[in-house]
Amino acid sequence: MSTTPDVLAGPAIQARPTTLSGRILQSLNKTPIHIMLGIVAVIWLAPTIGLLVTSFRPQADIQATGWWQTLGTLRFTADNYASVLNSQGMLRSFVNNLIISIPSTLLPVTIASLAAFAFSWIRFPLRDTMFLVIVGLMMVPAQVAFIPVLQLFQAVAPITGNLLTGFVPIWLAHTAFALPFGIFLLRNFFITLPKDLIEAARIDGASTIGIFRTIVVPLSVPAIAAYGIFQFLWVWNDLLMALVFVQNASNNPMTRQISSLLGQYGSEWHLLAASAFLLMVVPLIVFFSLQRFFVQGLLAGSVK
Amino acid sequence: MGFTPAAPAAEPAETGRKARKPKANENEGSNLKAAFFFLLPTAFLLLVFVVYPTIYTIALSFDRGRRGQFTQFVGFDNYVNLFTKDPNFIDFSHFPPSGALFNNVLWLVFYTSIVIFLGLIIAVLASRVRYESIIKAIVFLPMAIAATALAVIWRFVYDPSPQTGLLNAILGVAHVGPISWLGDPGFVNASLIAAGIWGSVGFATVILSAAIKSISTEVIEAARCDGANEIQIFRRIIVPMVSLPISVLAVTLIVNVIKLFDLIFVMTSGGPGTSSRVIAFTMYQESFPSGQFGKGAAVAVVMLVILIPVMVFNIRRFRTESVT
Repeated sequence: MSTTPDVLAGPAIQARPTTLSGRILQSLNKTPIHIMLGIVAVIWLAPTIGLLVTSFRPQADIQATGWWQTLGTLRFTADNYASVLNSQGMLRSFVNNLIISIPSTLLPVTIASLAAFAFSWIRFPLRDTMFLVIVGLMMVPAQVAFIPVLQLFQAVAPITGNLLTGFVPIWLAHTAFALPFGIFLLRNFFITLPKDLIEAARIDGASTIGIFRTIVVPLSVPAIAAYGIFQFLWVWNDLLMALVFVQNASNNPMTRQISSLLGQYGSEWHLLAASAFLLMVVPLIVFFSLQRFFVQGLLAGSVK
Repeated sequence: MGFTPAAPAAEPAETGRKARKPKANENEGSNLKAAFFFLLPTAFLLLVFVVYPTIYTIALSFDRGRRGQFTQFVGFDNYVNLFTKDPNFIDFSHFPPSGALFNNVLWLVFYTSIVIFLGLIIAVLASRVRYESIIKAIVFLPMAIAATALAVIWRFVYDPSPQTGLLNAILGVAHVGPISWLGDPGFVNASLIAAGIWGSVGFATVILSAAIKSISTEVIEAARCDGANEIQIFRRIIVPMVSLPISVLAVTLIVNVIKLFDLIFVMTSGGPGTSSRVIAFTMYQESFPSGQFGKGAAVAVVMLVILIPVMVFNIRRFRTESVT
């Protein structure tokens, strides 16, 4: 991906007419482009806006008219949200989402940073072969782990207690399957750090862990943050791993809660719309607030 | 291995050794120790939760696998049953074939090609207007939200009642329908693929937009001066010059298709009947609700085998990129 500021800048492929008539002709030529992009914007916005509007409409209105007729009634309520948060268990699930996502982000970020550092700045036998194995493991589908990992947790239950009723299995499963990509991403960033800096620290007698903590990590904050954000959203949005590794219904994250609400109330749109937006609100905040951070990170990486 | 890392990764240790000659051997040793310390958590987690389970699952796919344990060796029976006796997995007895595996082929062909095509068109169109970043953000937005939320959004659009579902309301204006988009086996796969495309076009747009911007303006200006029209510029310059990003994008989308689960589970649960199942759904369904762990393991192995070419592609690409 380009790392230059023109990622967000204006048109790159454009003839620039100098005469006035040329400009008028060009803007006329562009009318079909504006129309097509207008259609694109409507197609990509309407479904989401429709559900958002619905989540604030009274149940009776939803059953009587479509959301596009809201202007005719113009009644809004937060009852749907109150109802799903209190009686449909979405509040509990929202908290579960946090309990699942935060360790499942911090653990792989920490462990992958350590490994990526070893693969980029420590010398040891078979390093490059091992790294290629990691690249290969990136493609292993989580499905291969379902049955054996559940068996494993059952087998160790006499020693550890029944971990399957808690969050440990989902934390560890998410962490393990996030590592190969994280190591790959971070290693590719770490090797671009200035060699002189690390050599100088080594000559000054810095320990390996000291170089990692005081040089590599602080200089790699953009890459580590980008990976952390990616991983957090991935876990927040996951359904499949939660279906397999969360075995206690009171620990269900929102994705599972919504899929069971769909089973019970498949056409109770006042509940479903509000639940879906509770699930979406955190990713949307992350998306809108950290978009700038992403760009800054990319720029910092290229300027360095 | 003849693999050389791109960056100066191998050198610092060497110079470090030169700088402190007397400690040369100690330094070697401590490097190994340091590597061990830095890699221990990764090695533990990958061996216990990825490598060992992969071996276990491959072995279990040759077993009846009651309760997920090795109960009775059955050789290739699970695979033979899947490919010849299970019309829900693949059914060649009529044309076109049907079943979960064939649905993945449908996804592969239509989802991948349409996402890339629309992504390219939107990237090119958006590059010619001032509000480019707004269009890209709008199209990219579905990438941030959960497949579960996307599924709810599209179940709502597809709702069979023209009072609720936007699509049937629009068709109602033209006195068509209402159509049960997700309840009719003839429509369900196309409807799901359309929702999937809606979710992924933004990703393609952002990747391809960056690729297009890397094409120098001079090449395009020159073509324009030589009398090339917009369509020729698109086909003869833009498409060939973004072919590498397109191939990388295509691989990512293919992997998405093979791992596709959440969207299907929430939108249709593989239904009506079994008409919209995909392999990742079959793996879950056979293993957990149905308790046929041997069969489930075999499906997981089929997924793994399909992904092996992608694995090889990635390793190769990585190695060539590192050398050059």
